[in-house]
Amino acid sequence: MAMRQCAIYGKGGIGKSTTTQNLVAGIAELGKKVMIVGCDPKADSTRLILHAKAQNTIMEMAAEAGTVEDLELEDVLKTGYSNIKCVESGGPEPGVGCAGRGVITAINFLEEEGAYEEDLDFVFYDVLGDVVCGGFAMPIRENKAQEIYIVCSGEMMAMYAANNISKGIVKYANSGSVRLAGLICNSRETDREDELIMELANRLGTTMIHFVPRDNIVQRAEIRRMTVIEYDPTCKQAAEYRTLANKIIENDNLNIPTPITMDELEELLMEFGIMDVEDEEIIGQTAEAETT
Amino acid sequence: MSTNHMTPEETQALIQEVLEVYPEDAKKDRAKHLMVNDQEVEQSKKCITSNRKSLPGVMTVRGCAYAGSKGVVWGPIKDMVHISHGPVGCGQYSRAGRRNYYVGTTGINTFGTMNFTSDFQEKDIVFGGDKKLSKIMLEIEELFPLNKGITIQSECPIGLIGDDIEAIAKQTTKDVKKPVVPVRCEGFRGVSQSLGHHIANDAIRDWVLHNRDNDAFDDTPYDVTIIGDYNIGGDAWSSRTLLEEMGLRVIAQWSGDGTLAEMENTPKAKLNLLHCYRSMNYISRHMEEKYGIPWKEYNFFGPTKIAESLRDIASFFDDTIKANTEKVIEKYRAEYQAVIDKYKPRLEGKRVMLYVGGLRPRHVIGAYEDLGMEVVGTGYEFGHNDDYDRTIKEMGNATLIFDDVTGYEFEEFVKRVKPDLIGSGIKEKYIFQKMGIPFRQMHSWDYSGPYHGYDGFAIFARDMDMTLNNPCWSKVKVPWLIEDEEETAVAASA
Repeated sequence: MAMRQCAIYGKGGIGKSTTTQNLVAGIAELGKKVMIVGCDPKADSTRLILHAKAQNTIMEMAAEAGTVEDLELEDVLKTGYSNIKCVESGGPEPGVGCAGRGVITAINFLEEEGAYEEDLDFVFYDVLGDVVCGGFAMPIRENKAQEIYIVCSGEMMAMYAANNISKGIVKYANSGSVRLAGLICNSRETDREDELIMELANRLGTTMIHFVPRDNIVQRAEIRRMTVIEYDPTCKQAAEYRTLANKIIENDNLNIPTPITMDELEELLMEFGIMDVEDEEIIGQTAEAETT
Repeated sequence: MSTNHMTPEETQALIQEVLEVYPEDAKKDRAKHLMVNDQEVEQSKKCITSNRKSLPGVMTVRGCAYAGSKGVVWGPIKDMVHISHGPVGCGQYSRAGRRNYYVGTTGINTFGTMNFTSDFQEKDIVFGGDKKLSKIMLEIEELFPLNKGITIQSECPIGLIGDDIEAIAKQTTKDVKKPVVPVRCEGFRGVSQSLGHHIANDAIRDWVLHNRDNDAFDDTPYDVTIIGDYNIGGDAWSSRTLLEEMGLRVIAQWSGDGTLAEMENTPKAKLNLLHCYRSMNYISRHMEEKYGIPWKEYNFFGPTKIAESLRDIASFFDDTIKANTEKVIEKYRAEYQAVIDKYKPRLEGKRVMLYVGGLRPRHVIGAYEDLGMEVVGTGYEFGHNDDYDRTIKEMGNATLIFDDVTGYEFEEFVKRVKPDLIGSGIKEKYIFQKMGIPFRQMHSWDYSGPYHGYDGFAIFARDMDMTLNNPCWSKVKVPWLIEDEEETAVAASA
């Protein structure tokens, strides 16, 4: 089987890194060879696989060594649970430098060093919440990830983000082979969440791959720097992640997304009662003005 | 002579013809940057557009904001270290190319021809260059303790990665107790080097000019400054002597052979004398506003303009200075007359086309006219309309004026107008020389100079003669044309 490259996007804090590591654990359990490429300066995309606080990142090591050319692949590529290969691009502290360039440099390094030439079945890119600049679109450029999964929930801002990310994908889809592969709903237990996300997926021209219910065992496993699958392989949540893993392995539903307008999105939210019907009269009114 | 002159209609037709090859939009845009001179016009904005983005796809010789700040305004301040903050190329490829002469021991108390750079690598882009910059400045302080201060000249990436160079400058000023000046002259800002001049002027205003406001200064009523002379080939020196002979005291030179102390003392002057209006009018206006110091533009190219300028400057001062000024002009009369007598017969009636930078497209016209020559076309790389306002009166009617001229337009104009001499820059030089047209670099004085003042005029005249009347031009003919001629000759004799 040819190597499949998948990128996980979604609003910041939605649970991309947790979801990615758990589903990758599920895929690896089935004997598949997987690599995770963390594309976030926070470098927390591999900690549950490696049981580490944060692994040494490519950019960090490059800065120490002098240049990225001075690095060897084995310096930055670590192996964790179930033989999952882990690498983090790394980047600057918030507020300095250019994190986007860090992602570009790191992925170029991995390509040049042959990280992708190994006998891999899957590569997963775990990308910083918002595609703030060209650097964070690096994983979906030509010859990289062709399948994009968007992690979202029934919260308004998560859906806005999903729609925006779809817009970004359209740009690259028209010039390359990148496609939207589905929405992963990481439940926040909002009302009619599954129906809502299924409808959003429908509007975006894709499907909801899986509805991952909320379960505190995820947090318990995280404190131990483990995935749920490793921490308690028999629990219900582990089964959910295995289902997600299987669905992704089986998924061949790749589409150019059809992002919707802000008005359409707001209508959808109103339809599901997430957003109140807009009252023109209250716009621009202060609390004081409203009471008088 | 009359056959050499075009009517306004002919010049306009020439412009139309040259524009013909462009696509419609480009034609429309470029037409606004080309004009037929009419001395009756008071405001150039009616006939020419300037300081606009160059068209994609054409050849432009413009520079960038970094070039305007580091290369032009700041670079010549000799006792400061100017760090090109970013990758190595910007500093290295622009190093010492502008021939700003200075007195001092390079590497000890002056640093003009050296290249200081933070030499960015990938990691500096990703993690930011501020720590490196701080370290570099402390190292500079250790290695070159006689430096009087540091400027940070931003290259493009700095504007993208957000290095807080202002904060670093403030901290380092405290650490080394010398002025450290951050300059936000990232190359991508603005449409040409012109914005870089402005940004550099603003940095001087905000970080330097007021440093000695409360210090005592032993002033005289005759304190003047030279602003906007970059001492190319020694220009400021041959200007300064004239002012001093008039009885004035030059307390600062900006920025050719200039020092930080001179900049800081400039607000003590009675009059600022402005040569390159384009690059330093900003700071002159600021000093007028804040310190009430008037400023005067002047022109030290060729005896006519020199005498005019000297008298104009003297008019600001008392009778002693005015009398001295007449003596100065008289003193040099025999000298410059000898130059004219020698070269005018060799240059009379020759036609010149210019395409240069800040002030020269208009300032050198008088010097050519002193030698009996005529400027038939001129233009600015990065001028604004106030430059063109000042140019209209200097140029003859129906002459060609061009703004940010493209490589194609310039070549075509030259082919049709057939000037005897072209004065422009290094990028134009070899093209026109290969076309067999005498050419002088008028940015660097072609490794000659000075051209300012009476001393400079003698060199200017010699250089123009040496170039124009060089016997090599008759030998510049492409081989296949010579062969053609030979064959024709053979055929004719057979």
